[in-house]
Amino acid sequence: MLLAWLIFIPALGGFLAWPGERLGRDMPRWIALAALAAELALLIAIWAGGQGGTWLAETDRPWIPQLGIAFRLDLDGLSLVLILLTIGLGILAVAVSWNEITERVGFFHLNLLLTLAGVIGVFLALDLFLFFFLWEVMLVPMYFIIAVWGHERRVYAAIKFFIFTQGSGLLMLVAILALAFAHRAASGTFTFDYFALLGTARHSAIGFWIMLGFFIAFAVKLPAFPLHSWLPDAHTEAPTAGSVILAGVLLKTGAYGMLRFVLPLFPEAAAQFAPLAMLLGAIGVLYGAVLAFAQDDMKRLVAYSSVSHMGFVLLGIFAGTALALQGVVVEMIAHGISTGALFIVVGLLQDRLHTRDMRLLGGLFAKVPMLSAAGMVFAIASLGLPGLGNFVGEFLILLGSWEVNLPLTIVAALGLITAVIYALVFVQRALHGEPRDAAILPDLGRRETAVIAVLMAAILWLGVYPQPLFDTAAPGLADLRHPQAVHAAPAARAP
Amino acid sequence: MSGVDPIALLPYLVLAAAIVAALLAIAVRRDHRLSAGLCAVGLVVAWATIPVAALHTPRQVTPLFVIDSYALFYLGLVVASALAVALLSYAYFAARNDEPREEYYVLLLLATLGAGAIVASTHFAGFFLGLETLSISLLGLIAYPRRGERPLEAGIKYLILSGVSSAFLVFGIALVYTQFGTMVFAATGPFAGHPAGLSDLYWLAGLAMILTGIGFKLSLVPFHLWAPDIYEGAPAPVTAFVAVVSKSAVFALLLRYFLAAGAFNAPSVTLVLSIIAVLSILVGNLLALLQDNVKRILAYSSIAHLGYLLVAFLAGGALAILAVSIYLVAYAITTLGAFGVVALLSRPGAARDADRIADYRGLLWTRRWLAVTFIIMLLSLAGIPVTLGFIAKFFAVTSGVGASLLAPLGALVLGSVIGLYYYLRVIVAMVLPLPEAAEPPPRAAAPVLGGAVMAALLLLLIGFGLYPAPLLSIIRGSAVTLAAAPHAAARVAVGLGR
Repeated sequence: MLLAWLIFIPALGGFLAWPGERLGRDMPRWIALAALAAELALLIAIWAGGQGGTWLAETDRPWIPQLGIAFRLDLDGLSLVLILLTIGLGILAVAVSWNEITERVGFFHLNLLLTLAGVIGVFLALDLFLFFFLWEVMLVPMYFIIAVWGHERRVYAAIKFFIFTQGSGLLMLVAILALAFAHRAASGTFTFDYFALLGTARHSAIGFWIMLGFFIAFAVKLPAFPLHSWLPDAHTEAPTAGSVILAGVLLKTGAYGMLRFVLPLFPEAAAQFAPLAMLLGAIGVLYGAVLAFAQDDMKRLVAYSSVSHMGFVLLGIFAGTALALQGVVVEMIAHGISTGALFIVVGLLQDRLHTRDMRLLGGLFAKVPMLSAAGMVFAIASLGLPGLGNFVGEFLILLGSWEVNLPLTIVAALGLITAVIYALVFVQRALHGEPRDAAILPDLGRRETAVIAVLMAAILWLGVYPQPLFDTAAPGLADLRHPQAVHAAPAARAP
Repeated sequence: MSGVDPIALLPYLVLAAAIVAALLAIAVRRDHRLSAGLCAVGLVVAWATIPVAALHTPRQVTPLFVIDSYALFYLGLVVASALAVALLSYAYFAARNDEPREEYYVLLLLATLGAGAIVASTHFAGFFLGLETLSISLLGLIAYPRRGERPLEAGIKYLILSGVSSAFLVFGIALVYTQFGTMVFAATGPFAGHPAGLSDLYWLAGLAMILTGIGFKLSLVPFHLWAPDIYEGAPAPVTAFVAVVSKSAVFALLLRYFLAAGAFNAPSVTLVLSIIAVLSILVGNLLALLQDNVKRILAYSSIAHLGYLLVAFLAGGALAILAVSIYLVAYAITTLGAFGVVALLSRPGAARDADRIADYRGLLWTRRWLAVTFIIMLLSLAGIPVTLGFIAKFFAVTSGVGASLLAPLGALVLGSVIGLYYYLRVIVAMVLPLPEAAEPPPRAAAPVLGGAVMAALLLLLIGFGLYPAPLLSIIRGSAVTLAAAPHAAARVAVGLGR
């Protein structure tokens, strides 16, 4: 049952944090930090005590036996690194909201922790019903975070976010059920167990359509062009901590879903669909980058850069080679860190300047040198400078896609150039130039410096020595590849 | 009637005794607390005797009624809902002491008895008897606050439309009788006892009329026009009763009739019901978007929910029975909860209930628990976990996918997405900060009883939402006799594998 506690600890922490505000305004923050620290300790304990092999730990209890639904959680390397990312960004989110969120602190931390609990559950669940259950659970608290503590157009953004994700989620529900019924038709048992369903779609005439139901739900979350339109609004209007969790963690659930469910459950259909999915990925890379370049609002710029990065992820997932998949994992983690960091930098700037509009900015290097330097480092990480994490991910994805689909790889590679443009435009417009006025602004405080330093260290480590990440995620990834890529796999090794 | 019949009928006898006792009590002494107490005690005792009656199931009592586990399950649902309504009504009327309130509880018990008769009917005469008992009592309940204009208007609307629908129903029953010479459900289906090839004309025409009458009670499109006005005009606890008790009883009957008569085997009938389902989902959800009144929003959302129920219903196998039952339970708990909040928020003496969205602005920061309850009830209506509403919607979709009902399923997905918008509108209003200029609302604590009802509903909603297995096994047990009906047997084989 240890794995279940990974979901319960943040949830319990949240329900303690809400009334905790009666004990003092900062009490919910400390409770949240304590819960996340306990979560981290538990995860490391499970990791250290792992049973070896692909699956490090598992929990399987009957839940709704009438429909063959089980409370089934499994932890493998892929889940592990994503949960680590979730906990890490969760801790940072608590830290960055310390000064930003001053109203209804308890309720905020309840929502934050419930979101994290839902996301962690999504990374663990291997019963399809449970997966869908948790997929929906993480929506509501995120909705509240945007709607209550967001910026100017928060209500619009929150409802749009909710409707997009929930609507596509229902398509996935129909797909899940169609898969379960197909399995019953073939074997006589009604079950939602991931491992039981693995071979099912192969024999189903409608396998392709079922796959599409899953794909659309994950593509909305990822987000993939042309289903991305909720993202700029949600990311822009959310408070900083919300943006960090959205970009850093929630988007990864889409990528994770494709890796964990679309590829293994529907190998043939996914292979058949791969060219189109890769095309969407490549379009997303360029489209996101071009739109990022055109923004005046710093947060929107970062949000569109997410669309671009997630295009790489989609490309890599459907290329499906060992190299590309490893690149996808690195890109997911690196994007979580670099984009999370950019949102934090922008949030800190907004705290000081009360605007996100780059037309009103300029010359910040002279006023807040440390904050500006941080912004520059993460902008450069985002454009894919060698030595920082994103480069490793994008390079591996392109390398792995090369042998599968050359033209699309070339198109996507152009995205590296457009990324340079929007990242440097951000640096130039916001940070360089002459200061607009003589107002004195406070530079990074101690807590903020610590947050930025941790993120910088992480992105640098990913860029210089990503091998531990490969080693952790590799066993899980090995099971996911679809046949199209299998022939190329044995020769391909991680660098 | 002989032997164990009185034992099988015990819950009904208790209800009837409670009605008499409540009437006599009014004759002796007018006291709101006494009448409400008698009503509540009667309902509790009736509920408690259900397990006793269950010892003798299934038992046909007169040709009109059967006491089987299915009837008792729905009787339990109806009585428990009525109890919740009674307690909420007590809280609602406690401060409105300028007019007599005692007869209200007699009518409430009478309506409950009618609903209880409907769920046990195996004969059109029994159905009609129960339905009229229910409708006429409802009429009194809706118009009970006789000084208000809106309740009176709603009452008269209900009287006329309910009368028209009853007329349709009776004519339909007569046509069915013309074809078969009997009104027993099991003998009046498309293949009931006459060689294939013979015309089903009378039966089809009769069924169309009957479905019109039932469609009115269930407020399915295109028979839904009464719902928003009556939901808005009736006092909030009565609205809850109309929405929950009368609809779930009639729906339970519809399912029993279709299984007993084998009406699922008539493609024209299922086609019409599919169209009604799609229309109800779309029209209900789309019109709800245009409302600013919470009661009207809930009325249109209830139209849509009955459409979702029809999707589960149309699958027509063992799974459909399970799905319909769990959906009705979820719908009952959620609707009672939602109208309960409206009732508890409504101030005595006000011209209307607290039913504008503006009334809910900032509620989360002024009356936290009531707002949390309402938010969770709305999320349950939207089908979001960890509520029972999610499990119910899951079962409805499962049922639909299992029977490959593509068009109704498509409408269900689309309708759910549209539905989110107006549920979220109300939720957003509750979480927004209070407007600066607004006067702080009176800090009236919720009445203890009302609060307890809400807490119980919330616990049930989340408890079953997290762990529905016990509820499912109860429902499964209740469906045994239904599934064993002759025409259903072939379809049950298509049900679940394990």
